[in-house]
Amino acid sequence: MLYGLCAVAGMITVVIIAAVAYQVISGASPAISRFGLGFLWHTTWEPNLYRFGAGEMLFATLVTSFMALLLATPLGIAIGLFLSMLAPRGVRTVIGPLVEMLAAIPSVILGLWGVIVLAPLVQRVEPALNSALGFIPLFGSPQTTGLSVFTAGLILTIMVVPIVASLSRDLFLAVPRELQEGAAALGATRWEVIRGVVLPTTSSGVVAAALLGLGRALGEAVAVASVIGGGGTIQASMFQPGTTFAARIIDEFGSLDNKLHLAALFYCALILLVIGVLTNLAAQFIGGRLGGDQAMLVR
Amino acid sequence: MIGPGDQTAPDTDDRPLGALYDPTAPLTASGNLRRRAAISRVFETGAIGSALLAVGVFCVIVEAVVARGGSVLSFGFLTKDLNQVDPAMGGIAPAIVGTAVIVAVATAIAMPLGVLVAIFLAEFAGRRSARAVRMALDLMNGLPTVVVAIMVFGLLVDHHGDSAFAASLALAIIMLPLIARSSHQVLMLVPSTLREAADALGVSRWRGVVGVVLPSALGGIVTATILAAARAAGETVPLILLTSLVIGGNVQVNPAHALNGMPLTIFNDLESGVPAGIAQAWGTALVLMAIILAANIGARVFLARNRRRLGL
Repeated sequence: MLYGLCAVAGMITVVIIAAVAYQVISGASPAISRFGLGFLWHTTWEPNLYRFGAGEMLFATLVTSFMALLLATPLGIAIGLFLSMLAPRGVRTVIGPLVEMLAAIPSVILGLWGVIVLAPLVQRVEPALNSALGFIPLFGSPQTTGLSVFTAGLILTIMVVPIVASLSRDLFLAVPRELQEGAAALGATRWEVIRGVVLPTTSSGVVAAALLGLGRALGEAVAVASVIGGGGTIQASMFQPGTTFAARIIDEFGSLDNKLHLAALFYCALILLVIGVLTNLAAQFIGGRLGGDQAMLVR
Repeated sequence: MIGPGDQTAPDTDDRPLGALYDPTAPLTASGNLRRRAAISRVFETGAIGSALLAVGVFCVIVEAVVARGGSVLSFGFLTKDLNQVDPAMGGIAPAIVGTAVIVAVATAIAMPLGVLVAIFLAEFAGRRSARAVRMALDLMNGLPTVVVAIMVFGLLVDHHGDSAFAASLALAIIMLPLIARSSHQVLMLVPSTLREAADALGVSRWRGVVGVVLPSALGGIVTATILAAARAAGETVPLILLTSLVIGGNVQVNPAHALNGMPLTIFNDLESGVPAGIAQAWGTALVLMAIILAANIGARVFLARNRRRLGL
């Protein structure tokens, strides 16, 4: 009897995945049949005129997520190395949990903090970055509020760092001690042990950890919606406001203009679903099953 | 290359070796080794700096929430109804109760299901079915919450209107993989000798699981559930999409209606942008964060004690 119950429970997990895919696709189908794949790159979003295109969101989603990935991966790996190889035991047992607690802070609180505390700081940083790096379109002229794609990227970085850190720490702890000590005995410095032994043996797992972090960043809604400032048109500068798929869904869900508007939001969710499943599968494929369990606790 | 001291001795060949290399000089790195040691130190400093940065950001956020939330926190803030006209006059009791109801219903759905899935994976599943279920759990864990919420919207809310139950269902889907995978891990840690002892006594499989395996894994399962519930309590998107049309600002408990929740209150206050609303948002954030961090710390302590008892 217990076997039957357990088997049913196992089946339910598979059914839930199928149900998610079915519901999202069927909800999006009016928009899919009307706009097709062109939805992805058209940049007009005018609900009252039945014109929908996700180009702007695709751009901002990619910019924020990759900014978070670029900043959070080295930081997270460095923290993972610190916790696994450099820190004495006492320090490790304090800092490790603190870093993981950073992941436990709800995104809505990060959003609140982002708007009230971080945005005024960013407001001052952005002009400086613009004057130094303004020749790159991404670092174009800033907006005055501090609510921008750049701020959203910073908030996402804060969310992704603890994921990469604790996943990679577990990977580094699993590297056999004999290998490390062998390298050290040959005269390698700490950095050479890490570069020559630790990182090569864990590289696939680290890539998987970064992918899991990327997946988290791509789908984050509330914190991004709070600080990204709301979209309008596609802007090359990341110091300008924008909107991502997830942020737009929660921003506009309460004020739907028409049925097609809802379908277009479902289409956005479908795109997120596809991106999410792909990054997840890629992480599983690359990382084997390394660290998968820890990923759960962290999120 | 390790040489004694800086070799700045004059370049004269006629002096004996002992005068060129002072054997009593302290051993210090020079040349290439000095460069390599410097690189290593740069890296170590960077790693320490990164860790301090992360801890610093955590402390700054907690400090902001405690400082700003603490100034509005009072007994009335926790017990009064929401005041939609002037947030400063009201409290957040409906949001606290609403979050409690929504998370309780979600836990009631996700915990039994998650534990059953874990038992299935640990005790019964064949290789192929285990693979399928694990993959489904991994995918579920990777789903953005907004996708889960919009799926429940299509399933329930689109036809039947907003309800706290819909939000609970979405949260249960978010919690399920967390509980199932952690419980599975704990079940795998139960010594196989226990199972074999039960088998040897002729106990049927399910009684062995219920009577022997589950009790010794209970601590881990409870920990996983607490962590999952703490995460669910902070999820905002399901509340926005599924239970935002709350009628009235008083305390309600019926999950068939839309209920307020703490994350929703914070989000709405932030969107409103009025100073009294922002103050209420900080206060609510403090209450929510205190609950979530306490649950996290509690789960960690409990887990550590449990580990020691099991001798792991």
